[in-house]
Amino acid sequence: MSRPGMACFAIIMWASPAAHAQEEAPAIDIETGGKLKLTRAVSTIEGQGGGGLAPWALITGNETDRGVGGTAHVTAVDLPDYSFLSYGVALGLFDRVELSYTRQEFDTQDVGAALGLGRGFTFGQDVWGAKVRVIGDAIYDQDTWLPQVAVGANWKKNDQGAVVSAVGGTDDEGWETYATATKILLDSSLLLNGTLRWTNANQTGLLGYGGNLNDDHELMGEFSAGWLLSPDVLVGAEYRMKPDNLAIAKEDDWVDIYAAWAINHHVTLTGAYVDLGSIATFDNQRGVYLSLQAGF
Amino acid sequence: MWRPLICAAATIFLAAPAFAQPSSPVPPGEEEVDPYTVADVNAGAAPVDGQDLFAAFHGHDGISRIVDDLVDRVQTDPRLTEIFKASDFVRLRRTLKEQFCYILSGGCSYTGRDMKSVHADHGITTAEFNALVEALQGALAREGVAFSAQNRLLAKLAPMKRDAVTR
Repeated sequence: MSRPGMACFAIIMWASPAAHAQEEAPAIDIETGGKLKLTRAVSTIEGQGGGGLAPWALITGNETDRGVGGTAHVTAVDLPDYSFLSYGVALGLFDRVELSYTRQEFDTQDVGAALGLGRGFTFGQDVWGAKVRVIGDAIYDQDTWLPQVAVGANWKKNDQGAVVSAVGGTDDEGWETYATATKILLDSSLLLNGTLRWTNANQTGLLGYGGNLNDDHELMGEFSAGWLLSPDVLVGAEYRMKPDNLAIAKEDDWVDIYAAWAINHHVTLTGAYVDLGSIATFDNQRGVYLSLQAGF
Repeated sequence: MWRPLICAAATIFLAAPAFAQPSSPVPPGEEEVDPYTVADVNAGAAPVDGQDLFAAFHGHDGISRIVDDLVDRVQTDPRLTEIFKASDFVRLRRTLKEQFCYILSGGCSYTGRDMKSVHADHGITTAEFNALVEALQGALAREGVAFSAQNRLLAKLAPMKRDAVTR
């Protein structure tokens, strides 16, 4: 047998079982879409599927257990002395796993000049997140008190290490873990969520991790409630406890009231009024929060 | 003396096949189904307390309009047509009306099959179940049922996903 003939024979021998195996293998159909409106949640300022401030146990993306989905979001918060921008993308896998990346930019505007950092000095941060749904179905388990439960972790890296050190922050990067439970009480059109976060982030990490008052991770509670007004509209409130690690500036818990409107299966608009308390010695940071989330 | 005995034997012989037939005659327009035990528990949910929800659904007439609209929707929604392709729509309308009426405490009996048997051969996915929910929400909205009342029915139907979704 000639060499090309041998090669050809070898290829056939090698290829045919593979081709056979392909025929035998069950068809793998990765589907997209399928969730009910609003049940992929909106995007938090840190990129997780959740409310505006706290993650929920719901998984982002429109996919069900048979597919993949994803979302992109942009969120702006206008405060008296600052402006905050967050934008990112997230992937939902089989309504089970959520992977997210979000960029945060916190513009100090005139405060930057007052603190000697320069007008418009901006703290930036990258947030990488992963969340896994552990048990329960927030929507369909209506005959039991058991909520949908997920656990997650975030890794965050702040761009402004030198300034973080100067304000008394210990690290410019940090991690946090959380467990979150979501229950929809359809009977009364209510959504309830509770999250416990293990963190040492100062102002979500925009002022670093740990500080001269406390370096350790602490457990923080975050609570959301929502009332479904229609299949497309959820209104509610959130409360997020925060650490207080920096001697230079007191850090307050966060509160908001929100309305989320699923314009269709792909686009959700969220508006909120947030009270972020004191940030870097400037008190009463209350303002308007607007977020656009698009997904499949 | 033998005649009554033969007669009795013949009666038993002739009557015997009747035991294998459905206990009630097939209603007009419906296809025959395999025999099953008729019981309200087949409805898959206990009735709600009180009569207010039945009123919020506009009673028997409202339920009838809602189910007719829902069945029309599943026959035209491209996400659902395949699942219901082989369905006996006459029977589906009747048993769905009974089921909603029973669950809403409208005083009906449910004579259909249980949720697991009914859905066993449909191969319904979560996405398709959700599409069905949206079709129902559409029908409920058209009937003018208040959203909070809609959700009280959906709360009763939601756990049926465990029996209905098979893939």
